[in-house]
Amino acid sequence: MSPPLLSCRGLEVRAGRRCLVRALDLDVAAGQRWVLIGPNGAGKTSLLLVLAGARPAEQGTIVLAGTPLRQWSVEHLAGMRAMVADRWIDPFATSVLDTVLAARYRLHDGAGERHGGAGAAVALARDCLAAMDCLALAGRDVRHLSRGERQRVALAAALAQETALVLLDEPISHQDPRHQIQVLQALQARAGCTYIGALHDINAAARFATHALLLYGDGRWVAGCSGTVLTPDTLSPLFETEITQVEAGAHRVFLSHG
Amino acid sequence: MTAMASSGISRRAVLQVLGLAALLSLLGALRFGSVSIGAGELLEASVDLVMGRDGTSLAATLLALRLPRAGTAMAVGGLLALSGALLQSLLRNPLADPYVLGVSGGASCAAMLAIGAGAGAAAIALSAAGGALLALSLLFALAHRALFARDVLLDPGKDSAILLTGVMIASLSAAVLSLVLSLAPDGRLRTMVFWLLGDLGGATSPMLAALALATWLVLGLVAQRDAPALNLMLGGDLQAYTQGVPTTQVRRRLIIVTAIATGTAVALAGAVGFVGFVAPHLVRRVLGADPRHVLPAASLLGAVLVLVADTVGRCAAAPLQLPVGALMALIGVPVFIWQLQRP
Repeated sequence: MSPPLLSCRGLEVRAGRRCLVRALDLDVAAGQRWVLIGPNGAGKTSLLLVLAGARPAEQGTIVLAGTPLRQWSVEHLAGMRAMVADRWIDPFATSVLDTVLAARYRLHDGAGERHGGAGAAVALARDCLAAMDCLALAGRDVRHLSRGERQRVALAAALAQETALVLLDEPISHQDPRHQIQVLQALQARAGCTYIGALHDINAAARFATHALLLYGDGRWVAGCSGTVLTPDTLSPLFETEITQVEAGAHRVFLSHG
Repeated sequence: MTAMASSGISRRAVLQVLGLAALLSLLGALRFGSVSIGAGELLEASVDLVMGRDGTSLAATLLALRLPRAGTAMAVGGLLALSGALLQSLLRNPLADPYVLGVSGGASCAAMLAIGAGAGAAAIALSAAGGALLALSLLFALAHRALFARDVLLDPGKDSAILLTGVMIASLSAAVLSLVLSLAPDGRLRTMVFWLLGDLGGATSPMLAALALATWLVLGLVAQRDAPALNLMLGGDLQAYTQGVPTTQVRRRLIIVTAIATGTAVALAGAVGFVGFVAPHLVRRVLGADPRHVLPAASLLGAVLVLVADTVGRCAAAPLQLPVGALMALIGVPVFIWQLQRP
């Protein structure tokens, strides 16, 4: 078996004095799709930030593609992993296309269409926008988009970064039912791409993920194949609410009963 | 949407127009004043100057007086606009101006003390530069956590920590300033007030003018190199970091650039207001927000604005000279409001 793309040993994530994740050992192989599942405040975003290298871990090591995360330069790291955050800051007018092209900063070819930037980069940016069903928005000002549209533009930007690993923080939180499925399918369709994403929608998670990491928020965690980890028996105590499972055609559907 | 569509067509043309405007305003600044020089005489005197011949004509004398002042005016405008454009982007706050971090407050305090002690123009400029450096050191010491954090957070609190610390330094400077002004001898009060309004009357040294222009050029190039990174940082530090920008280092470097730019401008011409705020805004309305285009264009526009305002200030009530800072706002405010009214 080839070495994992990302592996953690003894990782600890804290928020102030609270320990959210304790002694996490995790191996993510290339091509796997992991979801982080847990109640609000369980440390999903914090863990993603640590994995992204944007926040130092309290303890433990992270190795990305054979090299400790701490030894990666910011620029090289950007060629290996992208991250889609769950909020965006758009202080000034910028076009959607420029926003996507900006993600190619490390490649120095995103200078923009009219600026004589590389035509290939623009073509790729448009492909990524099309994959996220927002090619029609290319000329719009990002500040005038709905939250759902803005989220898909952020997803397209992450794809345009062309990385092996993409970290996702609630990537479909603002999507309508059609786009929830469409976005996850488009991500899934990208060959060789590895994902680690926080998802609140258990049903979307079950359809999308190959693996799941449950975070309890008190340091405990459970990791494994999504089929074995995502069950009513594990999810009910995780969310401290009764969750049952019904079969609906080819899909399993989880129902929460409050 | 209209801003988007029009932004790309003519970035180069905008820069060319601004370059032409700079040239024309320089020509105007050299020709007009309490005494005007004809275009022919100006050319002749300029040729003499370039060839290193000592001109004795009136035109040569006037040129020797006006050229350093025009050069200083352009450098001051360019530096302030560059500083304002950088700070508005760095702090993601359209209300930021070169004076927001208190650097100019420190410079003003030190300059007032120097004027109060009866120092000459060079000593005033030097002590203003020292004051700016002191204020910057204070900012770095007090906003240490925000400026040196290893942790790249989503947290917008980082920007406000820097901004609020700067505002506090500015307020402290203002308090010291009013104390100095209230205790200053009457004879020097007028000089002080003029200095605080922004005044190029003291800009007679060709060497200082050349130094200012060189500073403008160097800082402009340093900022331009970081402009693509700054463009990403507009979208937040986390996003910029994951896209490959060492955000903490870029922010620190550019804050030092703004401090040197502001400090130099204030040391040379006092606290010339408005240009550092308005030039980036005007440019952004035409070119969009990308610092790669905004920085050079705002810099040029700032140079033109201050040079034109200073020329008008020298001519309007000649032989009286009006402070450039006041004229700048008188010219600039209507232009800015007109721009805001446009759909």
